[in-house]
Amino acid sequence: MSNKMLEIKNLHAEINGKEILKGIDLTVNEGEVHAIMGPNGSGKSTLAAVITGKPGYEVTKGEILFYGKNLLEMPPEERALAGIFLSFQYPVEIPGVTMMNFLKAAVNAKRKYEGKEEMSAAEFLRFIREKQKLVEMDTNLTNRAVNEGFSGGEKKKNEIFQMAVLEPKLAILDETDSGLDIDALRVVANGVNKLRSPERSFIVITHYQRLLDYIVPDIVHILYKGKIVKTAGKELALELEEKGYGWIKEQF
Amino acid sequence: MAKKDDDILKKVTGSEYEFGFVSNIEEEIFPPGLNEDIIRKISEKKNEPKWMLDFRLKAYRKWKSMEMPQWAHLRIPEIDYQAISYFAAPKKPKYNSLDEVDPEILETFNKLGIPLEEQLVLAGVAVDAIVDSTSVKTTFKETLSNLGIIFCSISEAIQDHPDLVKKYLASVVPVGDNYFAALNSAVFSDGSFVYIPKGVRCPMELSSYFRINAANTGQFERTLIIADEGSYVSYLEGCTAPQRDENQLHAAVVEIIVHKDAEVKYSTVQNWYPGDKDGKGGIFNFVTKRGICEGENSKLTWAQVETGSAITWKYPSTILKGDNSISEFYSVAVTNNHQQADTGTKMIHIGKNTKSHIVSKGISAGYSENSYRGLVKVMKGAENARNYSQCDSLLMGDKCGAHTFPYIEVENKTAVVEHEATTSKVSEDQIFYCNQRGISTEDAVGLIVNGYAKEVIKQLPMEFAVEAQKLLQITLEGSVG
Ligand SMILES: Nc1ncnc2c1ncn2[C@@H]1O[C@H](COP(=O)(O)OP(=O)(O)OP(=O)(O)O)[C@@H](O)[C@H]1O
Ligand SMILES: [Mg+2]
Repeated sequence: MSNKMLEIKNLHAEINGKEILKGIDLTVNEGEVHAIMGPNGSGKSTLAAVITGKPGYEVTKGEILFYGKNLLEMPPEERALAGIFLSFQYPVEIPGVTMMNFLKAAVNAKRKYEGKEEMSAAEFLRFIREKQKLVEMDTNLTNRAVNEGFSGGEKKKNEIFQMAVLEPKLAILDETDSGLDIDALRVVANGVNKLRSPERSFIVITHYQRLLDYIVPDIVHILYKGKIVKTAGKELALELEEKGYGWIKEQF
Repeated sequence: MAKKDDDILKKVTGSEYEFGFVSNIEEEIFPPGLNEDIIRKISEKKNEPKWMLDFRLKAYRKWKSMEMPQWAHLRIPEIDYQAISYFAAPKKPKYNSLDEVDPEILETFNKLGIPLEEQLVLAGVAVDAIVDSTSVKTTFKETLSNLGIIFCSISEAIQDHPDLVKKYLASVVPVGDNYFAALNSAVFSDGSFVYIPKGVRCPMELSSYFRINAANTGQFERTLIIADEGSYVSYLEGCTAPQRDENQLHAAVVEIIVHKDAEVKYSTVQNWYPGDKDGKGGIFNFVTKRGICEGENSKLTWAQVETGSAITWKYPSTILKGDNSISEFYSVAVTNNHQQADTGTKMIHIGKNTKSHIVSKGISAGYSENSYRGLVKVMKGAENARNYSQCDSLLMGDKCGAHTFPYIEVENKTAVVEHEATTSKVSEDQIFYCNQRGISTEDAVGLIVNGYAKEVIKQLPMEFAVEAQKLLQITLEGSVG
């Protein structure tokens, strides 16, 4: 049996005094791909935000362990350095900061954390080119400011590119498929599949079965009103595609 | 974000001023107060000719008849000019070699990282280093003098090059130009003098480091730069000051004359003690910097990074007199905690086809106030004058302020004057995005701010640019969650 990577136990979290997550239990083992589905506003992005330590959320109960370590005590950058990556549902624009400088800062922070030397400029460039090829990333985009003026699809591809560069242990993809055309969807899915490995795990948040045709999950969860109300194999996604959420909503 | 803000503020206030130490040099200080006797004494101490004393006395009488200006966006405490001492010099006035220099002074320079010694040769920088008011050491003078370049203290220039000084001193900033210029003209202690002869391209960056060192001693630097026809020079000015309880007044005057086909680049990195977390004890910086593009096709570029001072009041200005002359102004002004800055530029177009370009980037954090005040004036005869101004403000947190006051006066219909202004905020989302990629908040702020200020930083000479980037990051340490 593979190692436990992420353990979420009875997680309750609120924002502005409003409880959004109402007791989440979720365990992700090494090498697993979990899909999380659920209607709008059910708390999927909130879960991703709490795992990655976004400010503004208050955890009122429960715990999150990453390889046995208490994540909730760690500042966001430390969680990232420990190997947790979030592909944002809405990637943020940072005017004036080129992707190259941004990635350099990120890669160097990671190398420092791992006790490695900084990469030389030439090494870094070679490394970036390699990753660009891997995820079929347009080279022009890396010379531009972070996400500034990127199209919706370009932003999403850029997230996957960063994932490839940072080689996380756990990647959370929050609706990385939304707004992608068919080709881009394939590019993103291929990128993810190339990065799949026995040590790396994924939490894929999506509304559509379509993405799961490409990225085949081991386990599918349905999040509804702040709780995981159903967990099953990949066939659950197909069932949802067919029936919608009505039958879930009726039950809970 | 309110709770976060408190943490942030605590953190900011925790990062005390890096260069806030006091060196213990024996100093000769005049008793506080200002009157004609004191001025005579200053002039006598400096062994000045009579014309210089007369200049000072005239300025003093002018100053006495003037009133301190009022500004809308600065809160300036009452300054008691009689409580200030107007002359301080290290005991030994002159040194022939470094060995003779007070080791304390050298130690001070070392702490500041000022490369006064041999590394200078490698860096190719000539430094006219000033502790308080008197020049301690001028390097590279010989190399420069072979080219006919004069780079010395203004006191020396008064002795050795009186004709040049007489001709140009107060020719750009008249004695009665403003309250602080008048005061400076009366009591100025020292400063740099640069003359680049016709057709000479100065082979190295000329650099002068200033440092205020005596408690309660006003600093009144006077800088005069003359670029004769077809010459070129790049001049760097940088300063830090030790931590003090009393507010220290600084009222410098910089005058630059650019003749036909000549070019001057004047760069400043200003990092004076800004006061403690409550804004107490910082330097008051009231500077008059002005250049004139005297001849045709002349060019003057100002590039500045301002991070220090409790109060800054500063508008490097250019008079574009020669036809086809060009002036550019690039500025980053950072304010944090309780700092106040009112800075900007004035571009006065007189000649035909004159062009000016203004890029001003303000960054405000903490409880600070950062104002840009710019004047673009196109006179009647300035056919086809062009100006483009871009004023950007970046806010960190929600307790600081940024203000833009562009004044435009156009008297010639063929002129084209364009102004653009933007305000943006470093958002928590941007910081979190960086954090999520493993980048610390400190580094994230550095990345964002340096990205924002890039256009200005790249105008600075290499060695200054690197320093300036670090400075921006240090200044804003902890200013965003
Ligand atoms: N700052 C906030 N203040 C109040 N409520 C908030 C805040 N942020 C999110 N919420 C609420 O939390 C709930 C969960 O939002 P979340 O973004 O996690 O949903 P989601 O499952 O990702 O939805 P979608 O599928 O539309 O992306 C929503 O009802 C949302 O309105
Ligand atoms: Mg969402």
